[in-house]
Amino acid sequence: MWDYSDKVKEHFFAPHNAGVLENANATGDVGSINCGDALRLMLKVDPETETIQDARFQTFGCGSAIASSSALTEIIKGMTLDDALKVSNQDIADYLDGLPPEKMHCSVMGREALQAAIANYRGEEWKDDHEEGALICKCFAIDAVLIEETARANKLSSVEDVINYTKAGGGCSSCHEGIEEILVKVLAERGETFNPHVVTMKKEEPSGGKLTNLQRIKRIETVLDAVRPQLQRDRGDIELVDVDGKTVYVNMTGACAGCQLEAVTLQGIQQKLMEDLGEFIKVVPTRTGSYARATSHV
Amino acid sequence: MEGIYLDNNATTRVDEAVVEAMLPYFTEQFGNPSSMHSFGNKVGLAIKKARMQVQELLGAEHESEIIFTSCGTESDSTAILSALKVNPERKEIITTSIEHPAVLALCSHLEKEGYKTHFLKVDERGRIDLDEYAKLLSDKVAIVSVMWANNETGTLFPVEQMAEMAHAAGVLFHTDAVQAVGKVPIDLKNLKIDMLSLSGHKLHAPKGIGVLYLKRGVRFRPLLRGGHQERGRRAGTENTASIVALGKACEQAMQAMEFENTEVKRLRDKLEAGILARVPRAFVTGNPENRLPNTSNIAFEFIEGEAILLLLNKFGIAASSGSACTSGSLEPSHVMRAMGIPYTAAHGTIRFSLSRYSTEEEIDRVIQVIPEIIAQLRKLSPYWGENGPAEEPEKAFAPVYA
Repeated sequence: MWDYSDKVKEHFFAPHNAGVLENANATGDVGSINCGDALRLMLKVDPETETIQDARFQTFGCGSAIASSSALTEIIKGMTLDDALKVSNQDIADYLDGLPPEKMHCSVMGREALQAAIANYRGEEWKDDHEEGALICKCFAIDAVLIEETARANKLSSVEDVINYTKAGGGCSSCHEGIEEILVKVLAERGETFNPHVVTMKKEEPSGGKLTNLQRIKRIETVLDAVRPQLQRDRGDIELVDVDGKTVYVNMTGACAGCQLEAVTLQGIQQKLMEDLGEFIKVVPTRTGSYARATSHV
Repeated sequence: MEGIYLDNNATTRVDEAVVEAMLPYFTEQFGNPSSMHSFGNKVGLAIKKARMQVQELLGAEHESEIIFTSCGTESDSTAILSALKVNPERKEIITTSIEHPAVLALCSHLEKEGYKTHFLKVDERGRIDLDEYAKLLSDKVAIVSVMWANNETGTLFPVEQMAEMAHAAGVLFHTDAVQAVGKVPIDLKNLKIDMLSLSGHKLHAPKGIGVLYLKRGVRFRPLLRGGHQERGRRAGTENTASIVALGKACEQAMQAMEFENTEVKRLRDKLEAGILARVPRAFVTGNPENRLPNTSNIAFEFIEGEAILLLLNKFGIAASSGSACTSGSLEPSHVMRAMGIPYTAAHGTIRFSLSRYSTEEEIDRVIQVIPEIIAQLRKLSPYWGENGPAEEPEKAFAPVYA
């Protein structure tokens, strides 16, 4: 059974703004009957102010698709079209207190319906640039199509490369077999064979040559200090626990501990650290945070 | 009111008499059956009894044909991999497109190792074409593996006849019978089936115990080597308590066989007729003329299965769905796809699977609740109009991408 938040359940069992919107002047139809979800978003836009006066939806889909549609209509009512275009799928997921990684595409569908509806209002053509594949990395919700395309475009040849470019496989590592299978396929197209023992990562030396341990830790702390204000705004915080080679152990505290978006947050921090240090870094939360999350549902 | 459990093809509740039978084997009868002292001896006798109870239910000729394993999946893997090992020159496998992942995923994996798997197609009712099968049988085939009954639709396959055909062609035949054992009579001593898998938790025994039936004389290579347990065919200390439990469960299943095929079947038919009479645009998938007595798989058009399950769950009703969303994959059930069920219906399939514990009141309650759930979700669906599907649903709703 999915670990749906109470907010998701609430919006599924009693969806807001469901049904046909009479005299709608903008409609966005997106989805795919093949993967089991399709959404029609109907808007009533005030032509003077370009404000969304009303929004309703019809959805064919699972619990989280219906909840995402409901959340979307609640978020955008009263917004101007320009502001509404800034609503991201993450905003929809956040509004619902998070979605399971397998279900993030439901929030993506919401954002796309919104873009399609606004394009429809403005007489533009909206084109979908998004293709979905089977979910490979459950930690960071990354699918096969993204991994394959990234591996092809960047001539990746190792699992570590894939982690660096896409994050896929950078968490629990259970999906490495799946990533290797994609690499075997992509490498075959280039006439190469997959070699699990080769490490092709380009190690960019940080400016000024190799850092000492102390310099390295100081730089890591500088990066963490830079993201800290963002976390504190959400009543959370992060502290550096230890650095062991490429692994940076952190402790998520306050509201961050047990947050459903912890993985996404850590992913962002990991990216910043890698960019700053020019090397592969894995950010691992210490058990305290994960444990709090696991037990909070029991 | 207690929950209504209609998901017995997923797993079953352990019968209280079964629990009672197994409990002493955790505490006072904790011995290792391989030991030479009296602590072990009694346990050894209990396992022998259980083996005979399983033998009885399967109609096996010898008790030594019963090998205890950890689950149905282990039995399937053991059977298929053994057949490949004893026939190293044979590089082909025949199975069906609607097998359980325990067989399907293994065969797909073996393809990467150079084996060729023939996945037999099924028609819109889930039936196999025996002519296609006959043509594929050759001395290149190491093993045929075909399920006795499909887990999603309950459709039964002519495994007895298919085993005859394989035998005549000199090919080993395995059947994954985890859904069939205990629900349909089986008489292996008079059949040409070489290997059969069963799983305890599908017939009111605990999870973590399974059986591989291996006909005497069939060449075999173990999956797990080590100690001499199960006559060296499956090493590892016996799961004694669960083996005893499985024996007891098999004895009960034998006694309940008639009940399953009369009373359980009657309730299943009542449930199905009741739903179909009250809900428009719903139909039974699989082959209603030839299926397990406890299973009904109904497709509700233009809505999605996970949403149905979540609403059913609110009423305390447990069932399952072939929708993509319940598994986290993008495709609906491979069984529905193989039968050519259109996407508009495949995502809305719900499997109700009863057991001998299902009651008339429960069935009445489900028949009462289902129509409102379906109506509620259809009201949300862009494919559904006021009182029925939108005219030409595909045109009424044509999303930007499909």
